[in-house]
Amino acid sequence: MPGDAHAIEIKGLNKWYGDYQALKDIDLTVDHGERVVVCGPSGSGKSTLIRCVNSLEAKDSGLISVDGIEMVDSQSIDAIRSEVGMVFQQFNLFPHLTILQNLTLGPMKARGLSKADAEARAMQYLERVRIPDQAHKKPSELSGGQQQRVAIARSLCMEPKIMLFDEPTSALDPEMISEVLDVIVDLAEEGMTMIVVTHEMGFARKAADRMIFMDHGAIVETGTPEQFFEAPKSERCKQFLSQILQH
Amino acid sequence: MTFRTALLLGSLFVLAGCSSSGNWGWYVIDPTTKNGASNIRFLLNGFGATILLSVIAAFMSMAIGMMVALPGMSSNRWIRLPSRIYIEFVRAIPLLPMLFWVFYGLPVVLKSIGINVSIDAFWGAIITLAISDSAFTAEIYRSGIQSINKGQTEAAKTVGLTYGQTMRYVILPQAIRRILPPLANQFIYIVKMSAFASVIGMQELTRRANELVVTEYRPLEIYTLLILEYLVLVLIISFFVRWLERKMGSDESK
Repeated sequence: MPGDAHAIEIKGLNKWYGDYQALKDIDLTVDHGERVVVCGPSGSGKSTLIRCVNSLEAKDSGLISVDGIEMVDSQSIDAIRSEVGMVFQQFNLFPHLTILQNLTLGPMKARGLSKADAEARAMQYLERVRIPDQAHKKPSELSGGQQQRVAIARSLCMEPKIMLFDEPTSALDPEMISEVLDVIVDLAEEGMTMIVVTHEMGFARKAADRMIFMDHGAIVETGTPEQFFEAPKSERCKQFLSQILQH
Repeated sequence: MTFRTALLLGSLFVLAGCSSSGNWGWYVIDPTTKNGASNIRFLLNGFGATILLSVIAAFMSMAIGMMVALPGMSSNRWIRLPSRIYIEFVRAIPLLPMLFWVFYGLPVVLKSIGINVSIDAFWGAIITLAISDSAFTAEIYRSGIQSINKGQTEAAKTVGLTYGQTMRYVILPQAIRRILPPLANQFIYIVKMSAFASVIGMQELTRRANELVVTEYRPLEIYTLLILEYLVLVLIISFFVRWLERKMGSDESK
């Protein structure tokens, strides 16, 4: 019953890299329309967690289900990926293709859209991220902020129900961070379900319904942004917040 | 290119200079005499076979190399294993013994399993060159494909592309630019190794030179011309590849 299910449901998720346990018994439920921000020190497993949601990292144990589709085999993984868009820290645009081709590749090859339909859709999303005039350039001709906005548009072209952002502004020059965050905030306001891994606490306050703090592969604390920023419960979280909010 | 041309002219000069010593007998390939002209024609007629042999073998090697390279990068070790074995095994066999085995041995093996084909010198040479080279081509593909950032594959997955689509539209177009220079190297290698086909009777450049030497007793002049024939061939290939590299933007440092 996809309509009734939670957007994302994770139970007892474990992930190992050899002897190193990257995720420890993660339980997490995200509702439709909910905006979740995940933060924590590097190596805490936040990226691994969201990469497990669309199986870019294979889980070792536990249950993951996305929009009612349980992740059991490669078929269900394909089905889940078609519901989930992802934006990477390093943009990962296809450098040999133009911006427009970057956006139309998935819709044409995976969804079977005609070139004209795919291009119309691509232009619509390029408008949304405010760079329709760059459609015929190559990614390397764009600034980092523009590239990341193209990456967001590329994901949106697949019309996902859920968006995952893996440190979307960490590779950007400071003056380009806000143009990318603005686009993500727009999406959030339109009701897109999203999990955002980020250290941008201003963005978190503005856009998040729920904060999750992770450390050493486990979820240490979770709560509304107010609770989280004003009255963090755990010592570890207080320490982390004082470090990143110091400046 | 100017450097290469200068080198070519320079070596010609040196060789021509030797003729005054009296040890050279260029008459054997002097195009102004009837005999010399027919000798030259005989030698140059080997170009067709050498080129055809090399080109077919190179394309077969590229196809086999891809079929070996792709499973060789699987995350499943049992899929990876046959490809590894193929590469290690084929790479270890010297070309000449493999040529003998394919030409004299393979038909016997095929006959024993009920396939009755004779392998002529042409196809024997092509099969040998293609297989022998494919192990190297496979490794070139692997290095090229693995040099493409893992994020490209991940991004392709998130926009719903299958493995085949990811390879075709995302990875290979980027990898091909990087592997063009080493691939061209391999092609030049095939052209040169095709000389071995002469020992099983293939009428290519080297075989013809050998045959002429036997009748004319002028190895120095004939083999000199033979070397120049290969030089010209390889220079033409180099030139073509440079042009292709420019066109495809292989030089990413620009």
